[in-house]
Amino acid sequence: MSVKVWVAVATALLAVLLVPPLLTPGADSGEGSQVRALRVLVPNSPGGGYDITARTAAKAMEDADLLRNAEVFNLPGAGGTVGLGRTVGERGNGKLIMSMGLGVVGAVYTNKSPNSLLDTTPIAKLIEEPDIVVVAKDSPYTSMQQLVDAWKANPGTVTVGGGSAPGGPDHLAPMLIAKAVGLQPKSVNYIPFDGGGELLASVLGGKVAFGVSGVGEYRDQIQAGTLRVLAVTSKDRIQGIDAPTLKQAGVDVEFTNWRGIVAPPGITQTDRDKLVDLFARLQKTPQWAEALQRNGWTDAFAPGDQFRTFLENENKRVATVLKDLGLA
Amino acid sequence: MEQLLDGFATALTPTHLLFAAIGVLLGTAIGVLPGIGPAMAVALLLPVTYGMEPTGAFIMFAGIYYGGMFGGSTTSILLNTPGESAAVVTAFEGNPMARKGRGSQALAAAAIGHFTGGIIGTILIVLLAPFVAKHAIDIGAPDLFAIMVLAFIAVTSVLGASRIRGVASLLIGLTLGLVGLDEMTGQQRLTFGSLHLADGIDVVVVAVALFAVGEALWVAAHLRRKPFEPIPVGRPWLSRGDLKRTWKPWLRGPVIGFPFGAIPAGGAEIPTFLSYVTEKRLSKHKDEFGKGAIEGVAGPESTASASAAGTLVTMLTLGLPTTATAAVMLAAFQTYGIQPGPLLFQRESGLVWALIASLFIGLTLLLVLNLPLAPLWAKLLRIPRPYLYAGILFFASVGAYAVNADVFDLMLMFVIGLLGFGMRRYGLPVLPAIIGVILGPAAEQQMRRSLQLSDGSLIGLVNSPMAIIVYVVVLVIVFFPLIKRLLPKPTPPAAPAVEREKVDA
Repeated sequence: MSVKVWVAVATALLAVLLVPPLLTPGADSGEGSQVRALRVLVPNSPGGGYDITARTAAKAMEDADLLRNAEVFNLPGAGGTVGLGRTVGERGNGKLIMSMGLGVVGAVYTNKSPNSLLDTTPIAKLIEEPDIVVVAKDSPYTSMQQLVDAWKANPGTVTVGGGSAPGGPDHLAPMLIAKAVGLQPKSVNYIPFDGGGELLASVLGGKVAFGVSGVGEYRDQIQAGTLRVLAVTSKDRIQGIDAPTLKQAGVDVEFTNWRGIVAPPGITQTDRDKLVDLFARLQKTPQWAEALQRNGWTDAFAPGDQFRTFLENENKRVATVLKDLGLA
Repeated sequence: MEQLLDGFATALTPTHLLFAAIGVLLGTAIGVLPGIGPAMAVALLLPVTYGMEPTGAFIMFAGIYYGGMFGGSTTSILLNTPGESAAVVTAFEGNPMARKGRGSQALAAAAIGHFTGGIIGTILIVLLAPFVAKHAIDIGAPDLFAIMVLAFIAVTSVLGASRIRGVASLLIGLTLGLVGLDEMTGQQRLTFGSLHLADGIDVVVVAVALFAVGEALWVAAHLRRKPFEPIPVGRPWLSRGDLKRTWKPWLRGPVIGFPFGAIPAGGAEIPTFLSYVTEKRLSKHKDEFGKGAIEGVAGPESTASASAAGTLVTMLTLGLPTTATAAVMLAAFQTYGIQPGPLLFQRESGLVWALIASLFIGLTLLLVLNLPLAPLWAKLLRIPRPYLYAGILFFASVGAYAVNADVFDLMLMFVIGLLGFGMRRYGLPVLPAIIGVILGPAAEQQMRRSLQLSDGSLIGLVNSPMAIIVYVVVLVIVFFPLIKRLLPKPTPPAAPAVEREKVDA
């Protein structure tokens, strides 16, 4: 066969593969109760927390016939602030929403992003995921009190690992705990890992004294008895995990990682209400309930204005911690 | 064993075979495109599989995974444009081979290397899963840093004819590797206030820019002066001599690749590079390295494939993703309500063994599909040079854009491409720069992590048995020339091994 034919075949193949992802479905005006052609921006890479939340929510909404033609796309970078910049730049676009969470709040400071989350239109807080304070099964620490005593005596050698970069949830939690027990955040020897998975290896291997991370990736190991949970950071105990809350263990901190949805600034009141309503209805669907259960997420629905107040408070809290560390 | 046979029984049903074939084809097609790595491929296809039952879905993912790893090497060899980071090293020797008219041999060596590495890797999964699960977590930051030191020592062998130019190139690479937010403290380095640089520069973007764009510019600058000579297309199959040179690298690959895939933060970049250096040292044809030595394709490809298998071990047994693709597959498991971890083999043994069986099937399909295609792919190079390089630039641009769908990356690629052009103009080899981008950030992170773990004490760098062993090896390599001089000479004085090589013609 001649070269020409092969080139043609290869070109055709590539065109078929390349063109669909590069094209976006044309927007059309949504009528009736169904929302159409919504684009969901995920500011981290495929498989990350915001990605799973966005894709799970989009699927539940489609299954429940609340939404048609949702397109989830990733624009990762700089802890989510590249995506935030894009969202803020799309002023007035009522067909775009961004999946986000606590990590973006901190990333705004560490990346010195020119845009803040307070520039966006908050739509809804969706879920919470508590962090756990965890050690290997042969660790010398059997209670939070023991750990805190050792930590206070020698903050440098009692190393703490977390699955996020400075400014992220797993970094903020130990810093808040340190502050609460009277340790300078600066004296904390925090070692960042690339996600909860990589941290898990170091906790299991006893490389770090203790780890702080989301409960998700650790459930199986906890069940198998290779990990010991000293405390959970949420307000209430977590079902299926035999550990006190931080408050019950004598540390006055309440902390959960959360995720939610924001929209670009300057969208019309109608668009905003439609979006808030969409997520309010999502929250009541059995599909969403099942997704929460499957992923081990806690429902933490808070619509529009409530979410804005919450965001403002979180922003302040994160800023205080990062200021102590010289990061904000 | 019985469970594995049951696994084969599940995987060999027509539907599952079809899924495996679709996965392998899709994976290869996607791997060929630069910028869309296997991680993104799996993530993009995740929604497609929502309607499928989990076994079928995972069989397809496994096919995509191996197919993607393999597809990346095709463009590496033919167009000097690595499709993803595991295939960067393949371009070192694969592309010179292709330009000498041995493209189909390079592709065949890669395909068979991939198959061998994958099969041995998968056998190791079956045999060693519990062992690896137990010991992978013992490897810590000090051990990894020791291996990085070893890798840096090995770098001297790729510096090229002029050491000064080689070191200059290495420093350029290390500097590019510094760009971004410091992972340990969150401070910005060389980002010039740009959010787009906060995550650093992707190694694929650097490789594509330095290899493909730099070279296209170079060719454009010189094209007028040279008469047009089409690249010859040689014999399509591996000769006996080729096989003699490749069977050992194929078998050595898994030894290097599998453990790296299994340990946290291992990945495929560093083992493929180590394999390249090993093959170069062991080869009887050292003078051919840099000009198209087939060992330099066979070894790294086999290594990359085995490391992909190693990754699956830690993911299945510990629920611990060691690469981006594994992280996406882990997420996929979770959407099906399956939690990989120590209890997975008991709870979902049917699924796991079917998955492992499908790895064998996928690899075989991959070989069967790709070996006959190798000579056809190689004919691509018959396209007249102006069109060929235009095509390469097009692919490179698509790839750089596809990584983040960001115009900034495109600009970045052309800026680094200009740098690559400048390096060629002044005779700086490109290879050490790529190595710098790969090794620099990894070494820095592991060293600082070790020092943090020991609260700043230097003992923290050498307080594990494995680290000590690796350092001893390093010392032996460094002082070997001295020791050799002190020993009685059995043979005529061996000239110090001057490794002459030119990275780019």
